[in-house]
Amino acid sequence: MTRKLSYREAMREALHEALTNDPRVFLMGEDVGRYGGTYAFSKGFLDEFGPTRIRDTPLSELGFVGAGIGAALGGLRPIVEVMTVNFSLLALDQIVNTAALYRHMSGGQFSVPLVIRMATGASRQLAAQHSHSLEGWYAHIPGIKVLAPATIEDARGMLAPALADPDPVVIFEHGGLFNMEGELPDDFAVDISSARVRRAGKDVVIITHGGSLPKALAAAETLAADGIAAEVLDLRVLRPLDTAALVASVARCRRAVVVDEGWRSGSLAAEVMARIMENAFFELDAPVARVCSEEVPIPYAKHLEDAALPQPEKIVAAVKGLFA
Amino acid sequence: MGIEHPAPPPPSGPVPWDKSFALKLLADMLRIRRLEEKSAELYGASKIRGFLHLYIGEEAVAVGALHALKPADNIVATYREHGHALVRGVDMGAIMAEMYGKQEGCARGRGGSMHLFDAATRLFGGNAIVGGGLPLAVGLGLATQMLEEERITACFFGDGAVAEGAFHESLNLAALWKLPVLFCCENNLFGMGTAFERAEAQTDLRLKAAGYNLPALSCDGMDIVSVHETTREAIAQLKNGPVFVEYRTYRFRAHSMFDAELYRDKAEVEAWKARGPIHTFTARLKRQGKLTEEEFLALDAAANAEVDAAVAFAEAGSWEPVEYLLKDVHTP
Repeated sequence: MTRKLSYREAMREALHEALTNDPRVFLMGEDVGRYGGTYAFSKGFLDEFGPTRIRDTPLSELGFVGAGIGAALGGLRPIVEVMTVNFSLLALDQIVNTAALYRHMSGGQFSVPLVIRMATGASRQLAAQHSHSLEGWYAHIPGIKVLAPATIEDARGMLAPALADPDPVVIFEHGGLFNMEGELPDDFAVDISSARVRRAGKDVVIITHGGSLPKALAAAETLAADGIAAEVLDLRVLRPLDTAALVASVARCRRAVVVDEGWRSGSLAAEVMARIMENAFFELDAPVARVCSEEVPIPYAKHLEDAALPQPEKIVAAVKGLFA
Repeated sequence: MGIEHPAPPPPSGPVPWDKSFALKLLADMLRIRRLEEKSAELYGASKIRGFLHLYIGEEAVAVGALHALKPADNIVATYREHGHALVRGVDMGAIMAEMYGKQEGCARGRGGSMHLFDAATRLFGGNAIVGGGLPLAVGLGLATQMLEEERITACFFGDGAVAEGAFHESLNLAALWKLPVLFCCENNLFGMGTAFERAEAQTDLRLKAAGYNLPALSCDGMDIVSVHETTREAIAQLKNGPVFVEYRTYRFRAHSMFDAELYRDKAEVEAWKARGPIHTFTARLKRQGKLTEEEFLALDAAANAEVDAAVAFAEAGSWEPVEYLLKDVHTP
C-alpha cells in the first residue's frame, strides 16, 4: 500500500516521529515554534511538545548551531534548523571547526550526535543571497555526513538514521521540492550510506542529487521519446559518496552526465567526475559531461534565473552531445 | 613605548583560608609554572612542536577558579589550557605526552598543546578558535538544564574573544534561556599583540555583560584569593542564569613561541612580574605564618619531580601507528 504525501508533510512526519520517539530529541532554530517553521515543517509542534523542545532562537546562527553541538556533547540529540544554507555561512565556524573536528581532535573521546537541517538551492526568484547550493562545500569536510533527500521517501525516512548516527549529519532540503507530492509506501526502508537508481536505463547515466533530481527525471523522459534509455542515479548521500554505485552505473551505461546545481568550478560534480575517471575510466564510451549552474550569482529575474540553473533541456542537450 | 598598562600594587591582604587549602592552591600554581617552564625548554629542544601558548603569570586564574568547581561540572577552555587541564585532574604525563604527539597523550596525540581533552574530568577542550568555545558552553548548559542535572559549565576565554560575535551571541542565549554557565574571561590585556584598549571601544567588560542582562564581576586575576572568592560568589549567583567574571591578569611570556613581543615594553612586563601570583601569595602566607621556606621548597621540589616524571612518561611513549591515520574521523 502507498499513500500520497508532500515533501513538506513527509518532513513534518519525520520530525514528529523523532520528537515522539526519543525524549532527548529537540528542535531548535529560527521561528521553529510560534511561527510554525519557516516552511511550516513544525506547525503545531510548539503546542504538542512545548517550548523546551521546540525552541525558538534569536537570529544567532553561530550561537545556536554551536549550542546544538554543546547540547549534543551534553547528552541530548538536537535537531538544529538553519533557515537556509545562505545563513549557514554565519555558523560555518562551528560546523567546520567544532562539530566536524571534535571526535578526532579529542582522540575519540567526544562524539557530536547532532543533526543540522537547512534549505538549499534556487528556483523561486529569491535572488542572489537566498539561492546558494553550497552542499558541495560541506561535502568537502571530513567528520560530517552530508545528505540530500530528494524524494518523498527520503524526506520521510532520512531523519531517523541521521539522528541515530553518533556523528554530525547535515541535511540539505531543496526549497524547490517542498510542494512536490508523491506516493510513500507503507513499508519503506532508507539508509544514509548509498546512492540509488531512480530510473533504470542502459545508454547513459544522469548522476544528480537534491533539487536537480526531478529535472533529471524529466530529461530522461524526453530522452526516452528519442530512443535513449537514460538511467538516473540519485546520490542522496553527498559525503561519503557511494563510489561503488557510480562505478556500477557507469559500467552499465558507459556514458555519464553529472547534474549539480552548484557552480561548476570546484563543484561536487567535479568530484563525482574525478571518481569516475579514477575508478571507471575504461568503462566509458565518451567523456563525462556535466550540467552545473552558470558562473554567475543567481539573478532575480525569472528568465535569467532559469538560464543560470540546470534545466531538463540543458541535460537533454548534454546527453545528446555524448552521442554526437 | 613605555609602560602603557601600569601594574596595580601587588596583592597583600590576609589569606582567609586554612593552611592545607592554601598550600594546595600554591602547589597547583607551582605545578603549572614548572610544567610551562619545562614545556618552553622542550619546545626549544624540538620535542614539542606546533603552537605552544604558555600560561606563565596567569596561574592564579585557573587554580583559583577551578578549585571553586565540582567534579560534575563541565570545563570549556582555550588553546592556553595546560594549566586548566592539570588543575582539573588530567595527569601531567598525559598532558606532556599529548604535547609530544604520543598516543599516550590525553587526546592520543591527535590534538597537541592546543587541544587537551579529557572525558573523565569533563574537560571539553582545548579550543583554538578564539571564541569558539562559548557557543559550545551554552549548549552544555542547555543540556544540563533540559536533563535537570546538577552541574555548571565554566567557559574560559580571553579578552580577544570579546570582540568575536560568538561572545555576544553566547551571552545573549545563555541569559535568555537562564543557563548555568559561568563565563570566565581571562583578560590578560592582549589579544596576541593587540592591546585590549586598541581592540575595544568599551573596556569595562562588566558593562558588556550587563548589556546582556548577566550579573558581572571583576577581580584581580593575579591574586588567587580574589580569584577564588570571586568565583565562589559568582557560582552562588548562578542559580538564576549565567554569570560573567573578568579576571584581570597578565601574560609574562610571549603569546606563542613565534612572538617577538614587539608590541609591549619590557619594563611593563617586569612591573607585572613584580606582582606575580606565586611569589606574592607565598609572601602573604609566610607573613601569616601559614608557610615556611622549607614547606615552599618541598612543594616546589614535588612540582619539579612531577614534571620530570611527566617528561619521562612522554619520552617513553609511543607513536600511533600510521595505519590508524583515519581513525576517529567518525565514531565506529
